[in-house]
Amino acid sequence: MATPSSSKFFGNPVVKWIEHRLPIFSFVDHSLGSQYPTPKNLSYWWNFGSLALAVLMVMIVSGIVLAMHFTPHVTMAFDSTERIMRDVNYGWLIRYIHMNGASFFFIVVYIHIFRGMYYGSYKAPREILWGLGVVILLLLMATAFMGYVLPWGQMSFWGATVITNLFSAIPLVGDYIVTWLWGGFAVENSTLNRFFSLHFLMPFLIVGVVVLHVWALHVHGSSNPIGIDAKLHVWALHVHGSSNPIGIDAKGPQDKIPFHPYFTVKDAFGLTVFFIVFAAVIFFAPNVFGEPDNYIPANPLVTPEHIVPEWYFLPYYAILRAIPSKLLGVVAMFASILVLFILPWLDTSRVRSARFRPTYRWFFWIFVADCVVLGYIGAKPPEGWYLHIGRLATAWYFAHFLIVLPFLGWFERPLPLPASISEPVLKGAKATLMALAIGFGMLGFGAGPASAAGAPKPPAQKWSFDGVFGTFDAASRQRGFQVYREVCGACHALKQVYYRHLRDIGFSEDEVKAIAASVEVTDGPNDAGEMFQRPGRPSDRFKSPFANDNAARAGNNGALPVDLSLITKARPGGPDYLHALLTGYSDPPAGVKLSEGMNYNKYFPGNQIAMPQPLNADQVTYADGTKATVEQMAKDVTTFLAWAAEPELEARKRMGMKVMIFLVVLSALLFFVKRKVWSDVH
Amino acid sequence: MVNTAHSPTASHGAEGTRRDFLYLTAGAFGVVGAGATMWPFIHQMNPSADVLALSTTEVDVAPVAEGQSITVSWRGKPVFIRRRTQAEIQAARAININELPDPQADQARVKKPEWLILVGVCTHLGCVPLGQKTTDQRGEFGGWFCPCHGSHYDTSGRIRKGPAPANLPVPAYEFLSDTTVRIG
Repeated sequence: MATPSSSKFFGNPVVKWIEHRLPIFSFVDHSLGSQYPTPKNLSYWWNFGSLALAVLMVMIVSGIVLAMHFTPHVTMAFDSTERIMRDVNYGWLIRYIHMNGASFFFIVVYIHIFRGMYYGSYKAPREILWGLGVVILLLLMATAFMGYVLPWGQMSFWGATVITNLFSAIPLVGDYIVTWLWGGFAVENSTLNRFFSLHFLMPFLIVGVVVLHVWALHVHGSSNPIGIDAKLHVWALHVHGSSNPIGIDAKGPQDKIPFHPYFTVKDAFGLTVFFIVFAAVIFFAPNVFGEPDNYIPANPLVTPEHIVPEWYFLPYYAILRAIPSKLLGVVAMFASILVLFILPWLDTSRVRSARFRPTYRWFFWIFVADCVVLGYIGAKPPEGWYLHIGRLATAWYFAHFLIVLPFLGWFERPLPLPASISEPVLKGAKATLMALAIGFGMLGFGAGPASAAGAPKPPAQKWSFDGVFGTFDAASRQRGFQVYREVCGACHALKQVYYRHLRDIGFSEDEVKAIAASVEVTDGPNDAGEMFQRPGRPSDRFKSPFANDNAARAGNNGALPVDLSLITKARPGGPDYLHALLTGYSDPPAGVKLSEGMNYNKYFPGNQIAMPQPLNADQVTYADGTKATVEQMAKDVTTFLAWAAEPELEARKRMGMKVMIFLVVLSALLFFVKRKVWSDVH
Repeated sequence: MVNTAHSPTASHGAEGTRRDFLYLTAGAFGVVGAGATMWPFIHQMNPSADVLALSTTEVDVAPVAEGQSITVSWRGKPVFIRRRTQAEIQAARAININELPDPQADQARVKKPEWLILVGVCTHLGCVPLGQKTTDQRGEFGGWFCPCHGSHYDTSGRIRKGPAPANLPVPAYEFLSDTTVRIG
């Protein structure tokens, strides 16, 4: 019926047999195939809908896999997440895909939303389509929030506490609701359990609403950059082979083209370009969107100094804090999203595309800038100028919707609209570059952690494992292990590392056995029901110097020596900070009075640290003859601990290089395929 | 997908060949990439490094008296260790192995005649046979009896009667000393 290739397909007897019973092929053909008319002038900004769908699929697949290995219990959530990173086959890859996939989901969805705002895609007859999109956004936010709680780090726990406490602002019943959400009197195991269950459920709710969203889309088709309704005439002739187009102006030029192959190939090309950016983050900067504090296990007794939500929540967080009333702040925060539901009626202009609305175009970009400012303010402490700017930006956010848009429709004089979509298809490369620029802009903006007060930024060191090609300096790492074992290990545990992992840093099977056997570990119970001591085995965790945290505190003047397994990931500045701390001891400057038992360290937040200077010259004797200066030992032990925190680092970068090369070639191929396919449209 | 693209203006010949080559190359690349992407998602279900690290178990067999058995856990499965009596050893060796469903000499199933070490999982459908306790039912051949579907094993752990197709498997093991066995 349609194109020669598709009529050949539908003529196939097997296809005919199935079609007669379940018309699934024609359903697909009408949904995403040659029977779905699409405006030919869609720019690359229209790729973000299919990109969002692709990310949703990636998140569901990687999430189901992670759920196979994750344990939603307060004592095991953090450790089982680390086990995924260290011991599950490709676990680090799948977790980094899922973790960064959340951020990329929001990047894609926010661009999709801003595109809808710029081109007036929400206007009649697409109000329900738009509203369903806002429902998806809300579900997405709830899903992302609950997912962030699961690894049970400090930010997980305190994020959960703060967000659930939002509901306590509800008059009269607020406290009951919060207790009900928690299943207890604080965020605890029951909370973690139900968040896991709901985090698993909600993506499937999203899929359901996406089906409605796409259904609504198919009723009137995609909007387009010009914003006028596309004419179907020649397309209808072309596809249906009849002179009876479906009630559309027959005088128009060819405005619509079949979705397949034109937009399947365009979406496929866009997807590979997106995957290049996504893969670059997964393989070379997997923690760029994250907070170091979330690599510290949850501690219900200590709140981190700066609580910040994930970057995609920062604008709402800024609105919450801008209003000096608990209830009104929460109301404003929710209203900032709910206002989107009535956007189609707030915007009184009958012209869709901002291309023909010279004044609205300005207000649109001011609004985008306002959202970015809110995001920036959300990451900063709520004090001084930040608070004032946050309040102004919040006021503008609502003014844009409630004042600017309703009045602009009356005052603005739109440019004359063209009679049809005659304009050539937008230059793709330019739009893609802009999208990438925005993506990277958001990336940089999400990556600015609040620096610790009262300590200078640690000086940047050159590390062997830095950069895209960096690998661990093997000799330095082994020397660092010696420093840990002989010095740090006296107080600091390394719980996420097992003796068997030492094979990865160049120890032989027998050496690993000897190292493990040098400690006595408690095992049991034996046949007599008693615990007993036995030599360590490679399958044991590194033995902690203290039996438990209380013993560790008691042995260290009340200060808990932190676990070092993730130390370079769990501190802003990472290896640089650790190196600076180890070498940053000195006598206190004049005028600084230290508390009893404390030591002065330039780089420690607050400058007073309970740990006395740990490294002194020649404290260890290196077998390879390297001179054990403080600087050398600090470098070595930092290299070792960087490996302990990221044992997958070398494998990750190696795989990343291959994936990047592959994706670049594939996207180049698809670019040419796309150009070829589109050659008869241009 | 892409090779169904229809281009009415493209002619046959060199232009068409170049186009087909481009579509096929891109399609092949896509398929290879999709296939390679699947591997991590499949391999993640294989045993992880921590599970593999626990694949040996050391057992002190000194307390086991003649005629007694102990059950230890190895890779999540029960391993039967029986210290056989002379009578049991002779019973296992005094038969014509060609008459067995799964012919195997007792000598090939032990390292020391006294110690019989078996994976205690019925080869029929995975139940744990009875016979470890002296009070258990041991079947018609004095070894083990699987109550699920009635398989009888002899004092060498060989299948003698019932639906099970094979003898109880012997795991890899090693005597580290006279009284210590490492399984796996």
